[in-house]
Amino acid sequence: MPNLLHLLPYLVSAWLFLCGLYGLISSKHLVHSVVCLAILQSSTYILLLGIGYRLGGAAPIFADIAPGTPTVDPVVQALMLTDVVVEAVVVALLLAMVVKAHEKSGTVSPDELRSLRG
Amino acid sequence: MREAIRRRLFFVFGGIFFLSFCYAVVDLPPWGDYRGPYGDVISRVGVYERHATDAVNAINYDYRAFDTLGEEFILFTAVLGVMMLLRREEGASTQDAGRVEDRLRLSTTVRATAMPAIVFTVVFGFYIGLHGQLTPGGGFQAGVILASVPFLLYVCENTETFRRVTSHSAAEVIEALGAGAYALIGLTPLFLGMPFLTNFLPLGATGDVFSSGTIALISACVGVEVTAAFLLVGYTYLEEIITGEIPEE
Amino acid sequence: MTWVGAGLLLLVAVTGLGVVRTRDVTSQVIALSFYGVLMALVFFFFQAPDVALSQITVGAVALPLMVMLAISRMRYRKSAQRKMGERDA
Repeated sequence: MPNLLHLLPYLVSAWLFLCGLYGLISSKHLVHSVVCLAILQSSTYILLLGIGYRLGGAAPIFADIAPGTPTVDPVVQALMLTDVVVEAVVVALLLAMVVKAHEKSGTVSPDELRSLRG
Repeated sequence: MREAIRRRLFFVFGGIFFLSFCYAVVDLPPWGDYRGPYGDVISRVGVYERHATDAVNAINYDYRAFDTLGEEFILFTAVLGVMMLLRREEGASTQDAGRVEDRLRLSTTVRATAMPAIVFTVVFGFYIGLHGQLTPGGGFQAGVILASVPFLLYVCENTETFRRVTSHSAAEVIEALGAGAYALIGLTPLFLGMPFLTNFLPLGATGDVFSSGTIALISACVGVEVTAAFLLVGYTYLEEIITGEIPEE
Repeated sequence: MTWVGAGLLLLVAVTGLGVVRTRDVTSQVIALSFYGVLMALVFFFFQAPDVALSQITVGAVALPLMVMLAISRMRYRKSAQRKMGERDA
């Protein structure tokens, strides 16, 4: 039915969110959980782009089309550029913390690292 | 709690979340029916006001340059955090754990194809960075492309070449300069009596490389900072492997 | 929503699940890189070339590179500690 096809971006976004969350809670390796966090963050990209899309709209680059032709929303794309940068940066910092935890305790399993030692 | 209980709880609440999300989404306007005013406003007036044909970069580096300033400082702070976590203290005693020897002699084919790839990547990175206001691209993308070049060199050549090409202290200085230059470009209009981060340079002709005032300049600063930032992060991770010294327990 | 777009989105959903279900971290890096390129294709479908370029550089180059470097650093530390233990013993 056409309705389901039109809901697909939002449903895929929710599905990716749940996948990433599942990976986070059932992870046995801290680096695996960091990558699942990246998947979680990428679910918001599809949601944002789905909101800003216009049927039949062109890309918001006016190098070869006249200004004023109907385009998709450039504001949402600017938001998403920041989002992509923040994802890379958060993953870098989290990986540094994982490496440090591995150095201090010798293990990368979140279950074994659960208790904070004073 | 135990693993199995965790998973079952997740399935229950994940199912509830998914159903309520579907319920929320069903009544939205049909997909592709874009009604918001701001996108159309920027499409109509962006090119004339800023002489920049790339509307997304015009928003990022001009209309919402303040948010991009915050994003650059997020990047700066995160690199600072990575370095604080993983750097050795000055003067800490180290023991030699043996460098990872470059045991693999790479075939001539790999090196012969990697060198043109590196040249092409550098040129492409500069092209993307300079044409940020005209075509998709801009400072951030160019920064990441250029930062991947030393690692490509590390992968296809040996460690000595990588150490000769990258300099840790230079990368630190360049990153700070990039972030600071962005803030200075924002502060300069204040001395000229205009609000913070106004586009105060002459706008030039649309379609020229040197057009759209401060957009190109900010894009260059961001590119410089992002290159140095990713290089620093990678180098911090690699440092032990390259030098072969781990701190004494 | 053409069939190509719907197919791409379903492929993204399946690949996301695939990345999560890969338990070995080294294989997961390759899966993450593929996921990044696929997301960039979806962004092209959504008429967002700037974001697609960002996603290619970050999601398919910078992110797997950083994960790979972190994994290799942890492995190096572990093997170095083992070698030190053998040397001292």
